[in-house]
Order: sequence, then structure tokens, then C-alpha cells
Amino acid sequence: MIRIDSVTKRYPDGTVAVDRLSLEIPDRSITVLVGPSGCGKTTTLRMINRMVEPSEGRILLDGVDIMQQPVNTLRRSMGYVIQNAGLFQHRTIVDNIATVPRMLGWGKDVARSRARELMERVGLDASLAKRYPYQLSGGQQQRVGVARALAADPPVLLMDEPFSAVDPVVRKGLQDELLRIQEELGKTIVFVTHDIDEAVKLGTMVAVMRTGGRLAQFAPPAELLSNPADDFVEDFLGADRGIRRLSFFPSAGLELLTTPIVAVDATAEQIAARGSADVPYLLVTDLDGRPLGWSEPRDLTAGQIEPERLLPYGRPFVAERDSLRAALDGAVLSPTGWAVAVDGEGRAAGVVSQQTIGEAIRGAHAAAPVDAKAGR
Amino acid sequence: MNGLFDLPSDLQNSYWGLIALHLREAMIPVLAGLLVALPIAQLCVRLRWLYPPVLWVTTVLYAIPSLAFFVVLIDYTGLSETTVMIPLAVYSLVVFVPAIVDGVRSVPRETLDAATAMGFGPVRRYVQVQLPIAAPAIIAGLRVASVSSISLVSVGMLIGNQGALGNLLNSGMIYNQPRLIWLSVVGTAVLAIVVDAVLIGLRILVTPWMPRGTRKNARPIALKDAAR
Repeated sequence: MIRIDSVTKRYPDGTVAVDRLSLEIPDRSITVLVGPSGCGKTTTLRMINRMVEPSEGRILLDGVDIMQQPVNTLRRSMGYVIQNAGLFQHRTIVDNIATVPRMLGWGKDVARSRARELMERVGLDASLAKRYPYQLSGGQQQRVGVARALAADPPVLLMDEPFSAVDPVVRKGLQDELLRIQEELGKTIVFVTHDIDEAVKLGTMVAVMRTGGRLAQFAPPAELLSNPADDFVEDFLGADRGIRRLSFFPSAGLELLTTPIVAVDATAEQIAARGSADVPYLLVTDLDGRPLGWSEPRDLTAGQIEPERLLPYGRPFVAERDSLRAALDGAVLSPTGWAVAVDGEGRAAGVVSQQTIGEAIRGAHAAAPVDAKAGR
Repeated sequence: MNGLFDLPSDLQNSYWGLIALHLREAMIPVLAGLLVALPIAQLCVRLRWLYPPVLWVTTVLYAIPSLAFFVVLIDYTGLSETTVMIPLAVYSLVVFVPAIVDGVRSVPRETLDAATAMGFGPVRRYVQVQLPIAAPAIIAGLRVASVSSISLVSVGMLIGNQGALGNLLNSGMIYNQPRLIWLSVVGTAVLAIVVDAVLIGLRILVTPWMPRGTRKNARPIALKDAAR
């Protein structure tokens, strides 16, 4: 465990970057330091591997003061990932990844085969091994950065805004990949970001820091969203924290209606039977059961259903797996106000109204399991 | 003395011998200059305030005519090759110091941070990260210094035939043979072009990591740009 014990960093000009910060960073989980620029989050991270030395206070790694170890030994036991990856442009991908193992005295072949193993782990094609960094995209470079940090199998991983410089689609991929790798490897990760969504998505624990280097709140993300400690945290979480909190409630309990669903080849009797006063619309699916669109029952003529004339159905959510947030999003996006639930293969599993989702949200809030972390 | 490459016997050398001599007198000072410039440049990178005065000194040294250097040096090193080579080495500093400083400074901040965070000490970081990334800029400096040195060697003729191909200029005038002057001028030019080509080849060989098409600039690209 990393324990930050009332640490202060004051620069010679008098600026205080970090002010009496105390944090207990749990093992084998992702702790995110988040806050606006100038809140001292990067300085805090850099104090853990002594790239910045604290002015006051101590940092303990498994109970031992980090100042007691030779600095380079300490650094080699912690992986470090930064924005823009910071790859060695003059070395091939495989040699970039093998850097720390080579410094630790591993043989060239052992280090390289370890590097190739890691390339696979972070989702890089083996054919990239002999390439140089300039030949890779930003997202690929960042994966190399992660692989390089993991190369010597350090127990601790320090990540300083690693995904900030890539586009949102690539960023989401990298975040998912990090969560997957973390599930397999169980590292103690300290992750710095200014993006609260990223913090909520990745963090097991989130430390919100405020300008002046003080800790505003240290809590699991669900608790952060439901009980912000003060106005600053609430502000920082943004206007839609209520919606975002729904990410932590599973959609599993939603009651799905299967009646208002007809296949594209439905007969006139089926169309008549499926429509009801409660459900003003019918969801039309293709022959495999995949949703095509909504229609009012009276607009449907058996045998002459034209998929292109149906109303769009928004974005379906995966029943059981997605959160209430995804379900609500589906309902909001659908012009009929009904969300479509699908199974893992994309076949319609049922439909649910905004009203039903609203009831489920009220129920979930009443139960309020703050540490639940389902379906993000 | 009728063949194209035949030389007067007082030169005590064949044409090819003169070329070899010229190459030696030009390149030894360049390499010596490079060796001296490396630590000076590193000091300038570390101590920022040192760079402007160092640059000023190298420029002033470059402005001293080689004849003036010879007058002083002859007392110590006589009418020898060394007397010709010392000023050439000094002149090369005006090219090398800024080339190395700019090259080392062009290493992106993130790359240096990453190296430090991985446990590189300052020396290892300099040798394994900064110098290799500065290599294209250093080789660009080497090209300028080499070509300039090759052209300057000829002036050694003034202190008793220590000018290699330059000596032919004098002989050409004494014996009234324009052929010798042509041999000197064309030989020097071809030598400079060949050496430059070899150095370009060297750069391509040692920097397979540079993006194609930017090699001409002899500048390492910032990773930041590549990542976007």
C-alpha cells in the first residue's frame, strides 16, 4: 500500500503545489487523482516516484519511507505512463518496451520475448515489433507506453494523464483496455486525470483535489456522485451528476414488455393483437429479431411493412448488462419515448417506457447501494 | 610531368597521396572539434546562462584569421601539420556547439521524463537517449564542419607546403601550369562532395527511426506531433 502522510510540496518561490495531503492508496486497485489544472495532482504523482521531492511529510510504500531506497531502484519498481507516451523515438517498439528489463540486467532475448508478450497483452499486433514510434498512431503509441511501463512487472503503475492527447473514440478503447488489463494483473495504479468522467469510469477510489493542492474528497465514484462533500466537488462533477450516477445502477431489474414487438412479416391478426391501449407503438423487428423501428399499429399493413418508413428506435441497451443510464439514454433518444432492450446478439429482448425507468431510478435511489459498480 | 595527374617532384607526393593528406588534415581537426564540443555543449545545456557567452567566444575565435593563428602557433608546433590543424579544430566549434545544443534540446520533454521515471541516471540518459536523438543535428553540423575544413586546409600552403591539395596552387603559379591549379580546385571540390555524401549515408544508416521525408531537415520530429 502507498500511504501519503501529510505531504506538502512548496517551491522555492513560495508556491504551494500540494498542501498537507494525506491519502491511503489501496493495493491492487485504481486510485484516480482528479482536479482542475494547478491542483497538484501531477506533483503528487511525481512525488511517489521521487521525480519531485516532498518539502514536508512522508510517503510510505508498504510501510517503508520511499526516501530510504536508492532513487533509480525505486523508479524501476514503478511503471510510469505519460501523456503522448514519451516513447524513445530512436528505438524500435520492442526495444522501447524492453527498456526497464534490460536495465535490470535481463538478457536481450529474454527481455525481447517479454516485450512481445506484453504487446499482445495491450492489444498491439506482433507485426509492429520492429517498427519505430513515428510509424504508429497516437493510440498505438500510448499502448506501447502502457506495455513499457508493465515490462518488468512492477507492482505499482503511475499514470499521468495518459489518455488525454488521443481522440475520444481511441480514449474509450484505451480505458476499456486498461480495465481489462487491470482485471488480469491487479496492479496498484495511481491515475491522474482532469477528466471527471474518466475518473468515475476507471477509479475504484477517486481523490478530488482543489486548486492549492488540497484534498476535497476521497471516495468511491458512486459515493462521490451521490454525496459530494462540498460545493467545489459538486461543481466539479458537473450538472449531470444525477444522470451519471445512474451508471452505477444495473438495468437488470427493469421489467421488459415483449408484447408490442412484431416481426416484419407479421400477419394482420398479430398486428391487431399486439397493439394495446397501454402501448401506442409497435416495435418491428427483422426475421432474426433485430429491431428495425417503431410504428403506430394503424400505419402497419400486413405483408407491406417498409422498414425505411418506420420511426427510428434510438440506441438500444443490452438487457442485464448495461446500466440504468444506458436504458434512460435509449428512452430519451427514441422518438416514441420507449427504450429498446436487446440481448447480447442484438435481438430485441423487450421494450420499456421512460416511466418504468423513472420508477426503477426512484427505487434504486431509495436502496442507494453506494458501492455498487455495475454496468459501466 | 606530362600526364594529367603528374606532379612536380618538389611536392614529394603523388596526386592521390596529396588527397589522402588533405583528407587527414581536414578530418582530424573536425573529429577533435567534435570531441571538444560534446562536453562544452552538454555544459551549455545544463547551465543555460553559459550558452550565450560560449557562443560568443566560438564566434570570435572563428573570426581570427588562420594566418594569425599560424604566427602564434609556429613558436610551439613549428611548420607542421599540427599548426594547420589546430585552427581548423577551433573553427569547427562554431558549428558543433550550437548543433549539439539544439539537437540535445530538441529531445521532447516527455521522452526525458519517461527516461527519468524509468530509472535512467543522468549519464545513461545522456548517452542512451539524448545523444542518439540529437544524432541527426550533430551529423548535420559534422557535414558543414567537414566541408568548411576541407576548403580551409589549403591555406597551410603558406607555412611551407602544409596545404596538401593547396600546395598545387603555389606550384601551378611557380611553374606556370594552370593544370596544377585545376587539379587543386577540382580535387578539393570533389573531395568535399564525396565526404558530404558519405556523411549523408552515415546519417541514414544511424537514424532508421526518422520519418521518411523529414530526413532532409536533419531534425528529430517531436513525438507530440506524431501522436496527434
